[in-house]
Amino acid sequence: MADIDLSCVGKTFAGTPALQDITTRFDDGEFVALLGPSGCGKTTLLRILAGFEVPSHGRLRIGTREMANAQTGANLPPEARNIGFVFQSYALWPHMPVRRNVSYPLEIRKLSKAEIAKQTNAALASTGLVDYADRMPSDLSGGQRQRVALARCLVSDPCAVLLDEPLANLDVALRATMQGVFTDFHKRTGATMVYVTHDQAEAMAMADRIAVMDQGRIQQFDTPQNLYERPKNRFVAEFVGHGAVVPVQELKSGGNAQQARILGAEVTVQSANQEAQVSHVCLRPENLTITETGDLRSKVTRITYVGGKYLLEAVTDCGARLFAETRARIEVGTQLGLTITTPWAFLED
Amino acid sequence: MFAAQNNGGSRSEARLLSAILVVAICLTLAPVLRLFVEGVTYQGNPSLSLMREVLAQPSTLSALKHSLVTAGFGTLVSLVLGSAFAFLVALTDLRAKAALVFCLMIPMMIPPQITALSWVQIMGPSSALLKTLGIAPPLGAPQPLYSPEGIIFLLGIQHMSIIFLTLRAGLRSVPQDVVEAARISGAKGLRIWWQVVLPLTLPSLGAGTAITFVTALGNFGIPAMLGIPAGYATLPTLVYQKLAGMGTTVLAEVSVLAMLIGAVAVAGILLQRLLQTRQKLHLVASTSRPLALPLGKARLTVEILLWALISAILVLPMFGLLATSLIPAYGVPLGLDTISLASWQEVLFRQPATSRAFTNSFGLAVGVSLFLLVICLPLAWLMERRKTRLTRLFDSLLDLPYALPGVVLSIAMILLLIRLPFTDATLYGTIWIIFLAYIARFFAVMFRPVQASLKQFDPAMDEAAQSVGASLYQRLRDVIFPLSAPAAAAGAILVFLTAFNELTVSALLWSSGTETLGVVIFNLDDSGETGMASALAMTIVLVVIVFMALIQLLSSRFPKGVVPWQT
Repeated sequence: MADIDLSCVGKTFAGTPALQDITTRFDDGEFVALLGPSGCGKTTLLRILAGFEVPSHGRLRIGTREMANAQTGANLPPEARNIGFVFQSYALWPHMPVRRNVSYPLEIRKLSKAEIAKQTNAALASTGLVDYADRMPSDLSGGQRQRVALARCLVSDPCAVLLDEPLANLDVALRATMQGVFTDFHKRTGATMVYVTHDQAEAMAMADRIAVMDQGRIQQFDTPQNLYERPKNRFVAEFVGHGAVVPVQELKSGGNAQQARILGAEVTVQSANQEAQVSHVCLRPENLTITETGDLRSKVTRITYVGGKYLLEAVTDCGARLFAETRARIEVGTQLGLTITTPWAFLED
Repeated sequence: MFAAQNNGGSRSEARLLSAILVVAICLTLAPVLRLFVEGVTYQGNPSLSLMREVLAQPSTLSALKHSLVTAGFGTLVSLVLGSAFAFLVALTDLRAKAALVFCLMIPMMIPPQITALSWVQIMGPSSALLKTLGIAPPLGAPQPLYSPEGIIFLLGIQHMSIIFLTLRAGLRSVPQDVVEAARISGAKGLRIWWQVVLPLTLPSLGAGTAITFVTALGNFGIPAMLGIPAGYATLPTLVYQKLAGMGTTVLAEVSVLAMLIGAVAVAGILLQRLLQTRQKLHLVASTSRPLALPLGKARLTVEILLWALISAILVLPMFGLLATSLIPAYGVPLGLDTISLASWQEVLFRQPATSRAFTNSFGLAVGVSLFLLVICLPLAWLMERRKTRLTRLFDSLLDLPYALPGVVLSIAMILLLIRLPFTDATLYGTIWIIFLAYIARFFAVMFRPVQASLKQFDPAMDEAAQSVGASLYQRLRDVIFPLSAPAAAAGAILVFLTAFNELTVSALLWSSGTETLGVVIFNLDDSGETGMASALAMTIVLVVIVFMALIQLLSSRFPKGVVPWQT
């Protein structure tokens, strides 16, 4: 097990930067999710950790070993890194039965036959695959294939496990089950895990910390709660949860609370510290209450049933688009009053 | 996400890639380059005087004209036959399509000198088959095939498979909904074909025509067997006659001729490339179900017609060949009293040249297949994984030794190997020059199927092995090789088949002791031993059909696009 340390890592593909100035540290035993829209660089970052890509700038250290250094040109090939990698496409070898797929890493390490059999059986047992050991990958379902891939990567006791959207090809029900498998696996092994996904629910459910990425940069690296409640900038506020970002029109800080005028209404806001300069607030459904007398007049433009409640999309008189929740069905076109309560404020540059 | 342009991986990959790439470039492209240098120099100095001189000779000009005429009209015959078959097989609801396709591929796999030999046996005054049936023309009547028309006709039959294959591939990429949309709009029958299908397949038809022309231009077996008796020389036979008559003293002169053929061929290849890229532009969707327009009542008639044509093209000449091989002397009719296996016995068991040729051809075919297998597998994989400017360039040029006429490659090989660099040793006259020429010629035949199968290969398979610590050699052995083995096997069988039957290259490179089967058949026929030539040709045809059937049987295990005649 090991921690992962990145300093100033960047990657350029044919002149276009895919990854810029990534400096961060993933702690030993931590479950980190890399979250972002497609093309944000999260897969590139993962492939640099694995060694499939060579960084154009910066240094990468895993545990005590320096894996890549763009300055010296040093780059440890993937086969020498002792890292586990779980692929979106599973990447099982179709010509080998399940058992051989799992035992192959041990064959490479030239273990004795008995040792290979013992460790393979343990890996198969811990992923619930004992009954499938002699099947070919083509005879397995998607979830079973993914478990083989997981068994294959844990059998060699890697110092870190990298997962590239491993659940993207599975259906919703199976995804929930496999999330449980991954979390259990992480608890049991204590491995450092880096998990790439574009599904924020998945990241929120499993990760200790989430790195939200956009345009090749880490926008915010924080716990799921902080990402949701205390976003650092507009991208994170809008990408995580249903957040509407609106500008702060006037800021008065007095006493132990900051007062701001938002969409014409006077509201108390929260921010990183009392003296901080803020320019925008993030309005989540929790910050909005629907009242007949609410001072923010708006019109319902869309209503979506999300199970137990409705998600409302409403446009205010001054044109801002907001999200609110309601238990009662409200027809599109209805005029509403909204009240804002203590939103999170941040400085957008 | 970025797997296609992987820059990572280990340094050993880069090293292995450059090593194999250097070998492959030396083997395939160096001869072509050497020939070019020869053409533009005179006694070591850059000069075009020899070129001017050779090009001004009347024999050159008439051979060029003959080549263009026979290849051009031969292509036209192929175009008519091949496209008719392709449209019918790919678009309509004919039955037994697989058998039809298999039979249509046989002409391509049977060596041209055998095609020529077999057709000669069913025509003319001394045909054993015609004599047996009592309908032979009177003695002294001319052999109708010993003429430009005969060459054109047989070139057309020999190469109709190429048109058929390329056009059929083009037709299969026409999305079914395009045709269905036309039918919904009220278009019927020929109107759909004329206004929807034909415009969409024109690029593939054009590409097929161009490559057929190049192949017909380089064909040696047919104009040699039919044209030399008639005194009608094409460029390849002119090169052969000059070199066979005067040896290597005319090497510089025939180099110019070879370059002339090469130049015409390259023009054709460029045209084909251009048309192929255009085809890719507008046909991206692929159909899941093949088209099957109902022929209605006409179906049975069309089927009978097609099969009759196939038997006339395939079966009839084979009967002619068989009849000739079973008579005791040329000109005797075949009957129960005259039937004899003497020719078979003589050629298969007594003639030392034949058994030598069997050994040579078999050894060459096996050796070349194995060598190419070993080199193409890692090369194709590394080129797929590590794309550089050099590998892209090599990828676009590696078809050249196969696409260029065999005569061109042979002359290039002689030039390159007649005096090995820095030594006085020569490979000319040894079996090794044929071996190296075959390597160059059949490189693409092996490389392309392997490349096609590796293109379908998920790069994550390899990365998974890499992430669990497998070295380059271990990954090649345990993952890459087993997964591309079927394609490699199909490629190896194709190389084996073509090398086993090869004539054009070996006709210019053989010497006593290193003759190949193609050369022996040609020489037997040339010296009047038609019966023995027919018996040997029959044997080879049987070997070809057995091997084709073998691929057919194994074909379900190959990935798509590996077996040339498979759907």
